[in-house]
Amino acid sequence: MKGRPLRNVFWRRFKRNRLAAAGGVVVLLMFFAAVFAPFISPHNPDDIDRKHVLEAPSLRHPLGTDDLGRDVSSRVIWGARISLSVGFVAVGIAALIGIMLGAVSGYYGGWIDRIIMRFIDVMLSIPTFFLILAVIAFIEPSIWNIMIVIGLTSWMGMARLVRAEVLSLKEREFVLAAKALGAGDANIIVRHIMINSMAPVFVSAVLGIAGAVLIESALSFLGIGVQPPTPSWGNILTLGKDNIEIAWWLSVFPGLAILITVLSYNLVGEGLRDALDPRLWDVEI
Amino acid sequence: MIAYLIKRLLEMLPTLLGITLISFFIMHLAPGKPTDILTELNPKITPEARERLEKLYNLDKPVVVQYGLWLKRIVKLDFGESFSTDRRPVMQKIWDQKQSLLDRRLFITLMINLITFAIILAISIPIGVSSATRQNSLYDKVMTTTVFIGFAMPSFWFALLLMMFFGVYLGWLPISGLKSLNYDALPLLGKIWDRTGHLILPVFISAFGGLAADSRFMRSSMLEVIRQDYVTVARAKGLPEKKVIYKHALRNALLPLITLIGLSVPGLIGGSVILESVFGIPGMGQLFFMSVMTRDYPMVMCILTIGGMLTLLGNLFADIGYMLADPRIRARQ
Repeated sequence: MKGRPLRNVFWRRFKRNRLAAAGGVVVLLMFFAAVFAPFISPHNPDDIDRKHVLEAPSLRHPLGTDDLGRDVSSRVIWGARISLSVGFVAVGIAALIGIMLGAVSGYYGGWIDRIIMRFIDVMLSIPTFFLILAVIAFIEPSIWNIMIVIGLTSWMGMARLVRAEVLSLKEREFVLAAKALGAGDANIIVRHIMINSMAPVFVSAVLGIAGAVLIESALSFLGIGVQPPTPSWGNILTLGKDNIEIAWWLSVFPGLAILITVLSYNLVGEGLRDALDPRLWDVEI
Repeated sequence: MIAYLIKRLLEMLPTLLGITLISFFIMHLAPGKPTDILTELNPKITPEARERLEKLYNLDKPVVVQYGLWLKRIVKLDFGESFSTDRRPVMQKIWDQKQSLLDRRLFITLMINLITFAIILAISIPIGVSSATRQNSLYDKVMTTTVFIGFAMPSFWFALLLMMFFGVYLGWLPISGLKSLNYDALPLLGKIWDRTGHLILPVFISAFGGLAADSRFMRSSMLEVIRQDYVTVARAKGLPEKKVIYKHALRNALLPLITLIGLSVPGLIGGSVILESVFGIPGMGQLFFMSVMTRDYPMVMCILTIGGMLTLLGNLFADIGYMLADPRIRARQ
């Protein structure tokens, strides 16, 4: 490894982890499906066809039709849009809050740190799903609100992670040097500390997307997430449960889509973690 | 030891207070007044009646005073009356002393979670240890793959699949509720079997995700421990491998698992909402979901608070377990 740029070491290690690479390919495919949904889905996902209700998979409808005769394959493809956008926006919100609170907490320490940490303890003590449901009780279950609620209830892990990173970085020489040169707090936090703790934050964000996709699908499944007729993997599964005795395809395929998506993000996240962690570089994976 | 326990209990107080604060103020995030839900269904309600209602819930006082009054009541476990049509006290709906223990909502949820814990521990520890001692073997790889799938599996989907297979296709297991319609007519053994049958799928689903997480954790904890010097020493002095693994390594590798189990309490309790909704189990999670849908504020606040308390209790038990298991911590106290 001597003499090679660090970036190459990282890529070599990530690619050598075949599972992580496969996960990455699936993630890219999902992106593609979400972006080009109007072009690749065989039917309009909202087209109701009363003559072909609850039909088993066929050439015309590769994944069957639902109780209104809508094409399930098209709805699953359009569902990717919903799931991925919820995942990304929710994690974006969580990362923003987590990074800010974590950095402030770790950098300033003292009573600010104590208050923020206590707040995190409290947030973690209330079962997350309870908290999400309680908030949703008071607002319209629109896709934007779902993103915000998931973001607002899942930043705690990120904040703790960032705080730990900041604590270990803030006494390093380069930070002390910046301080000695008269750099302000914001400057030091953003340009010297955050930049150097981005790797674990990034890993945790990738894993967070998987978590957000799971939560969104669970909420939509319970009927309090993304509302029909907007197709989401979770709300197709609700139909699957209602027709559990006659239409297996309504339960199997959307669930498979969730499973594959979450699995891929987890694999990519774990792969990144291993590739970014220098301590593991001499160990076989 | 007792001093430590008291210290831990005292430390829990601010967190508990925070939990009540959040439970209370979430209610006040809502637009309008909580009593609107009671009055809007009744168009003929007079302004006086509305005022009386607001007085009853102390809504005419400043928010801070309201919180104080609410706190004073819940110390005595009095969470007020439910907004639903039956108007029963909230606590009675969760823990109805007129019902048999087996039918009380809180008991049902706790029972399912405790059985889940027992199963997770009984299975994940052996799996973790055996994958660690056979690192990179075929067995280890199969287990690792299973774990990754277990992590990614949406529990409600897995539940649907199993309901479809065991309930609808094979017809072996019931797919909904906790007991059959003819339960009361069954002999004792039949009753026990009936309840067990209804619990098999929910408990399996509930344990599955935790199994994946804990066996993975156990594996890495074990991998770390067997690289330690004292394990090498144990081997060097000629101890049989079994003794090295189960006596020297396992005991140390178990310690971090205790913490993890404490941390998994909120996830399991929160997950009971999904589990109980899918399987139609009349537990606390199902009640919470129904209360959220009907905006039954006192009920929602009560279950939020209880959920938080259960989490704190779980953490406390984990700490005690850690203390009992680790002589170093005991010595330090």
